[in-house]
Amino acid sequence: MSRPANGLRPDLAVIAGQIEPGSRVLDIGCGDGALMLALREKACDVRGIEIDGACVERCVSQGLSVVQGDADRDLGDYPDKGFDYAVLSQTLQTAERPDRMLGELLRVGRRAFISFPNFAHWRTRAALMLGGRMPVTRSIPVSWYETQNIHHVTILDFRDLAAEKGATIVRDWYFAKERPIGRLAANSRAEFAVFELAR
Amino acid sequence: MSATSPTITLPGPLPLDGGGELARVEVAFETYGELNADRSNAILLCHALTGDQYVASAHPITGKPGWWERMVGPQLPIDTDRYHVICANVIGSCMGSTGPASEAPDGTPYAMRFPVITIRDMVRAHVGLLDALGIDRLHAVVGGSMGGMQALSLAANWPDRTARVLVIASTSRHSAQNIAFHELGRQAIMADPRWKQGSYYEGEAPDNGLAVARMAAHITYLSEEALTGKFGRNLQDRDAKSFGFDADFQVESYLRYQGSGFTRRFDANSYLYITRAMDYFDLAEEHGGRLANAFAGTDARFCLVSFDSDWLYPTAESRHVVHALNAAGAAVSFVELSAPHGHDSFLLDVPALDRVIGGFLG
Repeated sequence: MSRPANGLRPDLAVIAGQIEPGSRVLDIGCGDGALMLALREKACDVRGIEIDGACVERCVSQGLSVVQGDADRDLGDYPDKGFDYAVLSQTLQTAERPDRMLGELLRVGRRAFISFPNFAHWRTRAALMLGGRMPVTRSIPVSWYETQNIHHVTILDFRDLAAEKGATIVRDWYFAKERPIGRLAANSRAEFAVFELAR
Repeated sequence: MSATSPTITLPGPLPLDGGGELARVEVAFETYGELNADRSNAILLCHALTGDQYVASAHPITGKPGWWERMVGPQLPIDTDRYHVICANVIGSCMGSTGPASEAPDGTPYAMRFPVITIRDMVRAHVGLLDALGIDRLHAVVGGSMGGMQALSLAANWPDRTARVLVIASTSRHSAQNIAFHELGRQAIMADPRWKQGSYYEGEAPDNGLAVARMAAHITYLSEEALTGKFGRNLQDRDAKSFGFDADFQVESYLRYQGSGFTRRFDANSYLYITRAMDYFDLAEEHGGRLANAFAGTDARFCLVSFDSDWLYPTAESRHVVHALNAAGAAVSFVELSAPHGHDSFLLDVPALDRVIGGFLG
C-alpha cells in the first residue's frame, strides 16, 4: 500500500478512514493539521491542540480550530465525553505521563485513537543489542539527547497499559515500511501501531 | 470635538449596568466595503481605549492615517472587497458618540454627570447600531485590547449576533496591575487644576494631566525590548546631559510628544470614564463567577491571539479565556505570536497576525 492520494501518513490515513462523517473529534498534537483537514472534508467538527506555535499559525491560517497548548496540562479543561473521538498520533511517547494522558483521552472522547512508534521493532532491538547504542532508526529518527520521545513504548507495553486503564482495544493496525502488516509477531515486526480504544 | 462620521440616534434610552439609563444616545461610526444583499458579510470592529472609528480613513483632527490601515482594506487580511467593516465610536468616548463632553438634556455638557458605564454598555450601544443598520448576525466581531473585551462581551451577552469572535491581545478581566496603571492616569487628570471636577468645557482643558496619563499608559503598551531598541539611553538633540530636567533622553522627548499629541484629539473626562469601564470589566463576574458560563451554548467560532512581549494583557489572560471556551465546548483557536513590540504589537507589522486573521475570517 503506497500513501493514499490525500498524502496522509499511514497511521493518520487509518484514523481518518475509521472516523464516521460528522463526528466531533479532538486531535491532540495535531501538528500541521493534516488529519484535521482530512476530517473536515468528512464534515467532522474537529478541534486541535498543538504545542508548536508555527504549526498552530499554519492551522489557524487554514481556518482550523487549534489551540496552542500543552496536552500534558490543558486536557483537563475539556468536558467529559465532549468528543466522539480523541486522537493522539505519534505523541504518547512524548507525554510527561503517558498513563495519565491515556486516561484523559478516554475521559474526553467516547473512543480514542492512539498511534506510536514501536520500540520493540527488530531493527530497534538489533541497534541496541548489537550496536550497544540508543537506536536511531526510520521510526525513531532523532538521537537520544535531542529526541522528544521521553517514554519509549512497545506494542506489548501499550496493551498492558490499556488493560490497566480499563480500556477495551476495539481494533489495532500495524505498519512496517509504511505498509500494513498482520498481527502476527507485530511486537517485533511493526515499526508503528495504531489502536482504537473504548471504555 | 468635531464629528464627521455618520451618526445614528438610538430609538430609545439605553439601559445601563450601573442602574438607570442614558436618555439620548448617538453612535458615530464609519464603514468600509459594501454590505452584501443578504447582509451576511458585516464585520464589527471594536476599537481600543483611545481608538476611534477611523480604522482605515484619515483622522479628522490629526489628519493621520487610520489606526489599522495595514489590516483593513481591499485585499488586506480584513478584506473590504469581501466584507462590510463597521467601526463605531464607543459611548463615553469623544469622537461623535455620546460621552461626557456631549450635551445632557439640559443643554450643557454632561461632564461628571455622565453615568459610569461598562464594556457591556458600550456593546449594548453597538447592538443598537446593528439593529438600526438591519444586521442580525455578523460574519465576525473583531477587536484588540479593549476592543477584544467588547468582542467577548458581545459573544457572551448577544451570542446569536455573531458567527465569529476574534480577540487580540486582550483579557476577560482587568488585573490589579491593569487597574493600578489606570488609577495613576486618572489621578494625574484629576490633579490638574484645570480639571475642575470635570467642568472645564467652557475654558481650558486639563491637558497636562491627560498628557501624563497618556505617557504612563504608553509605557505599558511597549515592551522593555522595544523601548531599549528604539531609544536606549540616547540623548535628544544634545551631546551631553544638561544636569537639568529638560527632556535629555530621547525616550523622555518621545513620551512628551505622545502625551501632548494625545491631548489634541482626546477628552480627559472620556479617559476617566473609559478606563473605569475597563477596570470594571470582569466577564466571569457577570456570569455567576464562572467564565465558562459566559459562553455556554455558543455556536460561534472563537480565535484568541496574544503576543509574547505583551505584559499588559499577557498570554496567561488569553489562555484563561481559552480554557473557559474549551470547558464550554466552543470551537476555539489560540496562538501566542512572537513579536517584539509589546501590547502594541497588534497595531504594528506582525505578518503572522495577518495570516491568522485572514485565515480565521476565511
